[in-house]
This record gives sequence, structure tokens and C-alpha cells, in this order.
Amino acid sequence: MQAYLTLVRRELGALFNSFTGYVVMAGVLFVMGSGFAFTLHNHNNHATSQPVTEQLFGSPLFWLIILIASPMITMRSFAFEKHTGTFETLMTAPISDLQVTLAKFTGALAFFALIWLPVFAYPYIVSVFSIESIELGAGPLFASMLGVFLIGCVYMAAGCFASSLTRSQLVATLAGFGIGMTLFLLSSIARLEIAQDTWQFQALTQISMLDHLDDFTRGIIDTRHLVYYVSVTFLFLYATLKVVQARRWK
Amino acid sequence: MENSPMIEVDDLTKRYAGQTAVDGLTFEVRKGEIVGLLGQNGAGKSTAMRMLACYLPATSGSARVAGFDIFTQADEVRRRIGYMPENNPLHDDMRVREYLKFRARLKGLSRAESRARVDIVTEQCGLKDVHKRIIGHLSKGYRQRVGIADALVHEPELVILDEPTIGLDPHQIRSVRELIKSMAGNHTVLISTHILPEVEMTCNRVLIIDEGRVLAIDTPENLQRSIGEGGQVIAEIAATQEELEACWQQTGEISEYDISAAEGDFFRCALTPLPGIDVRPLIYDIVKSNEWRLRELSHSRYSLEDIFFHLTKADREEGEVY
Repeated sequence: MQAYLTLVRRELGALFNSFTGYVVMAGVLFVMGSGFAFTLHNHNNHATSQPVTEQLFGSPLFWLIILIASPMITMRSFAFEKHTGTFETLMTAPISDLQVTLAKFTGALAFFALIWLPVFAYPYIVSVFSIESIELGAGPLFASMLGVFLIGCVYMAAGCFASSLTRSQLVATLAGFGIGMTLFLLSSIARLEIAQDTWQFQALTQISMLDHLDDFTRGIIDTRHLVYYVSVTFLFLYATLKVVQARRWK
Repeated sequence: MENSPMIEVDDLTKRYAGQTAVDGLTFEVRKGEIVGLLGQNGAGKSTAMRMLACYLPATSGSARVAGFDIFTQADEVRRRIGYMPENNPLHDDMRVREYLKFRARLKGLSRAESRARVDIVTEQCGLKDVHKRIIGHLSKGYRQRVGIADALVHEPELVILDEPTIGLDPHQIRSVRELIKSMAGNHTVLISTHILPEVEMTCNRVLIIDEGRVLAIDTPENLQRSIGEGGQVIAEIAATQEELEACWQQTGEISEYDISAAEGDFFRCALTPLPGIDVRPLIYDIVKSNEWRLRELSHSRYSLEDIFFHLTKADREEGEVY
């Protein structure tokens, strides 16, 4: 446990020590802030039946962040250590492969969660600057953030997996982006190619990332989505663990 | 337990696709010894060390460190080993003290223990002046010491250092060697190198490996004796050549001699004694009784370098026959 926590702290520290961490943070803040500004603009003197959170998190800007920022957060986790050779000092310390895998994932996830924290300030900003007193529902916001966190789990796990496959951070980023993009686009492909009432369509839309977040942004926490996110995360972490162990099979 | 071996390696073999890196390595290292692993680049030194440090699994054979099997009890072994890999990889973005603390905690030391141990190894490895510096900004000599400090931080029973002095300047090499020597007694040390004098200077025993196999394991002195058998004695004496020739012919202890003119009145005599005899006192007596003048009397021994070339050459020639 101690080794695990030490390593999580190191992983998080490495992201704050590196330039990449700040670039990702700045980029996310900018894009998310723009999204927030657009949403506010759309609401200016317009009534809408959509929850604000659905507009904010359903926008392409949100997915831009997830798809591009995620592999940048995870790219260094394994690839950079393999590149510099520190992976060898790490794996010869008394720490198990599972601990290493989980610590890398947790560190990346913690960083991912931290860069979303400013979103909690949005309702406050709205309440300060609106003329009439507006009550923004806390429920949908927290449900949305839970959804974002769960998506983070999936994408961090996928990114760690991509990073474990290679020594190059560039390849890790591209592979992570590829995996993330594929998960994201599956339902779009389904809509284009397959009739809606077939099982293939059902399967692809269920696997796709896109459709699971909608319920969260409306303030609904559905266990089907929870199970989906958690199991995909486990799948990728398991694959990562196997790649880390593969060193022993050679 | 005092005499139980620290490392027992039995027929350890590592094969990669198409090549054998380590081929049936067998040796033992006792507690408190400093053992040097000597071999050319690609001889299998690093691979052997990586297996002992539980980073790579062996293809066959077994090894035990402090009585624990490196494959089935890897966790126990890793707790007892301080390992510095080849090229000494470090986290360049961390500060020296921060890094050592991180490593100490990773190796299971409590907060208080790690603080105390980091203080000790910082002092021991001469890192006090740089403990707040970022590792990426350090000179190579300091980096190397950080690597060694990391290997020592959890008080391991066995320290494995892969090429600890590579790429350092002579001054840094000396200080790293002093550091390694100072570990003797408290730790068992296994170092690898392809620099021969290094082994002669720091190690109690030498393990010469070539193409993944052990060619010899012994103390540097015994290795010298085993092929050198005394070597030659050089004496520079002022006398006539005829006198000297007559004298060496009469002396039964000297099997061969060679006389050449040196500066001034002196002649340089290269004398090969019979095996196992030190002829130097005898030469002194002869010089004294003849009232000659003597200005040099030395014993030229085979260096470890000669031994190494002798052994690896023999091995190569043998290989070519098959």
C-alpha cells in the first residue's frame, strides 16, 4: 500500500513537474471556458428545454478535450520510463506489477480529475452575473461530473494501455488517441451503415462512448452506464497489467 | 548463518530468440565480499545482473540471493538488493533529496526511517552539497553517486552495480571506487566492468565471463599466479657481461636469463626463476658478495589484463576448432 501511494504521488508530481502537464491544463481550461461562454450566450434571452449541463457536456468541445487531452496525460506513464530506463529501477524495487499498473492509472486519473475542478465554479459565476436570481440544479452538475470522471477512468486506462506498449511518447499519444477515437466513433459508424433495428446496431451503440454520457448530463445515474464504464476500465487495466507482465515471458 | 553464501547461482541460462546471452553460469558469492564481474561488452554481464535483480526471468537454471529464490521469492530478493542498472537511469525532473526519499519510501521504509537513511547515504556518497539540486542538472559524477545512494538507501544486504564507473573522468572514478571499497564488510557487492584495473583495485574476487560462460573465478592474486607462475625478475647490475653470464649459469634456481646493455655501466638481466621460487634475496646476496652495484630489482608480474587476454583467447581458439 505504501509503495502504491508513494508511486501515485510520484506520478502526479511528474505531471506537475513537466511542461506537458501545464499545457494540458491550460488547454482544457481554455476550451472548457469557451464551451461555458457559448452555453451562456445561447441562453441569453432564450428559453430552452435542455438542461444546461447537457448543452455543456454534449458539445463537441467537451469531446475535443477528452479525446486530445487524455492521451497527453497518460503518454508518459510507461513509455517515458521505458525510454529513460527508470522502468528497470522501478521494477526491481519491491513492488508488484499490479501495484505499478494501478498507481500509474490512479496518478493519471487524479490529474484528470484535478483539471475538471474549475467546472464547479461555473454555477457560482452564473449566479453572480445573472440579473434575476437563478437556481442551478446541483444534481445534474454532480451527475455530470460523475459521468466525466467515469469517462476519465476509461480514457486514462486506455491511455495507460497505449503507453505500456511502446517506448516512444509520440507513439503512445497517437495510439491512445486512436483507441479513444474508435470508442467514440463506433455509434456514428453504426448510424451510417446499419439499420437501427438490428442487433449489430444495438451492440455498436452500446459499446460506443458517445451515448452513455447523455443520461448523466440530465442528472440520471443509471447503473447500466456505471457497469459499462467500470468494465471497460477494467478491461484496459487488465490488458496493461498483462503487457507489464509480458516482460517475464520473453 | 555467517558463512552462508549471499549469492548462489546454479547453471543460470538466458536465451533470447536466436542467441544465448548467459550460458550455464554457476558461481557463489560469500557475505561481505566485493566481487567483480569482468567481461567484454556483450559478454552477458548485464543480463546476469538483471536476472539476479529479478528484472528478467532466467530461461533455465536457478539462483538464490540470501537464501531466497530469484524467481519464486522475487519480492523477498528485491527487498534485499540495491541495484543500479547500466547507464544509471534517474528521474531527471526530481531533486536529489526528493528522489532518494521517493526511492526509500518505494522500498518500504517508514517516513522516519527514510529521512534518517537519506541523511546517511547523502553523507556517505558525498551528495550533501547538491541535495537540493535537480538531478537533470547534475554532472555525470554526481548522477552516478545518486544512483549508488539509491542502491544503498534501504540498507540492502547485496548491492549490485552495473558498470558504476563508466563515462566518468579519472577523478570521479577514484571517488566512486573509494565509495565501493568503503561498502566492504557491511554489504556484499557485485560490480560489473570491462575495465581491468578497476577489478584489481576494488575486488576481493574476480569472475571472468565471456560469451555468457564463466572462464575463471578467483582472487586477482591467484589468477595471476595460475598463469603467471612467478613471471620474471628484472635486475640492473653494474658488472661485465661475461661475469653476469657465468654467474646466472651457475645459479641453479634460474632457468633462463637474458642480458642486455642498459644506460651507463649497467646491464639489464631478465631472469626467469624455477616455479615457486622467489630469487630476489638470492640475487641480492650474489650482488653483495661480488661487490657489484645494483640499481633495480623488480618482479614483473602478469597483469590481470594478460590473464584476461590469455583466457578469452584460449576460449576463442577452442571455439574455432569445433
